[in-house]
Amino acid sequence: MCTTCGCGHGETRIDNAPAGATSPSGHGHEALGQHVHADGSVHSHGDADGHRHADGTWHRHDAGARAEVAGGAFGAVHGAGTTQERIVQIERDILSRNNAFAASNRQAFADRGVFALNLVSSPGSGKTTLLVKTIEALRGRVPVAVIEGDQQTSLDADRIRATGAPAVQINTGKGCHLDAQMVGQALSSLAIPDDGVLLIENVGNLVCPAAFDLGEAHKVVILSVTEGDDKPLKYPDMFHAADLLIVNKIDLLPYVTFDVAKAIEYARRVRPGLDVLCVSATTGENFPAWLAWLERGAERTRAHRVETVDALRRRIAALETELAERSTPA
Amino acid sequence: MHELSLAEGMLEVVADAARADGARKVRTVWLELGALSHVEVQALRFCFDAVTRGSIAEGAALEILTTPGEAWCMPCGRSVPLVRLGDACPECGSHQLQVVGGEEMRVREIAVA
Repeated sequence: MCTTCGCGHGETRIDNAPAGATSPSGHGHEALGQHVHADGSVHSHGDADGHRHADGTWHRHDAGARAEVAGGAFGAVHGAGTTQERIVQIERDILSRNNAFAASNRQAFADRGVFALNLVSSPGSGKTTLLVKTIEALRGRVPVAVIEGDQQTSLDADRIRATGAPAVQINTGKGCHLDAQMVGQALSSLAIPDDGVLLIENVGNLVCPAAFDLGEAHKVVILSVTEGDDKPLKYPDMFHAADLLIVNKIDLLPYVTFDVAKAIEYARRVRPGLDVLCVSATTGENFPAWLAWLERGAERTRAHRVETVDALRRRIAALETELAERSTPA
Repeated sequence: MHELSLAEGMLEVVADAARADGARKVRTVWLELGALSHVEVQALRFCFDAVTRGSIAEGAALEILTTPGEAWCMPCGRSVPLVRLGDACPECGSHQLQVVGGEEMRVREIAVA
């Protein structure tokens, strides 16, 4: 655990069972075509990363850059020659492991026509109430499943399950954000209906989840009017990473000093063109606009899946025709 | 603070490359960090020291190369420097800015023995 900030790993639990992510070995991601080796590397064929096999051999999928040169990234200060030291060029993103899991999740969503959203906010912005009301309003229109992220307890998943929607709780222990691997593991125990909506409620934290792609279509940031209207400038990373801002609890506007126009202006400073919806999950004010936004996204995702399946069918038909022609003697 | 996760990601990238090279020890890690990336440098250094303990990179020096923030200003029609998210274009004062550089978090290279 980090003693500076209290972040901890190795304590992740999914529906109160230890997550495979915390195991030093194991292959927790077969369902998504990816898994983790004993050395912790992600094995995901088709990406550009190298990985080590169980027999210790190293395996690269690309011409992995390895070079011995005298100058480092800073130009020259660490020239070879004084010791046996040598330079290995890497050029790899430190989030590449998370990004590989995210790409795998994204592909799984696309294959099943699932419109996935990553909901991020401070604690107490009303995310869970928003989800409960959304599920109730969409009942019979679009199937919804939920992944709940919290440091501890399954209180939120219990609230979601009470609506009848499938939900999985991820407890991050001391961790301050969800990552793509946790979500991948949660997916294997969640019955997400095809062509449905997956709402991932991230840990309440306006800083840390910004950097971690979970494979979602969009990050949706929720800001309630009981918070400061200057939060988009104070915590710009999250607003910069989002595609939609929901200003929640607008029924409380008469009682607070929150300036909606200013909040939106600040948010668009860090994320030009950001979509904004002002709603009250409690009273239902302007909720139809949010539901319509969701349904449009779900429909686009479904249409894309259908298009992909149709394209595959056409290709199969063309190949069958070609096969028939070639197997018939002239 | 998510720097612990980032430090773990860094160690993984570094350790994979060092092992692939047959190295015994990582002496130095050169990390490219964009000025607009999601990182508090002091926290990252602290976490890097913590996660590398007992690993092939224990005691490695962490050298950070900061790349400047850069954005495409739509009214100006060109790239301009951007110090912080939320800042205006230094030329025209507009916020119609698309970030094009300065978000990197990349291990550039390592010195191994």
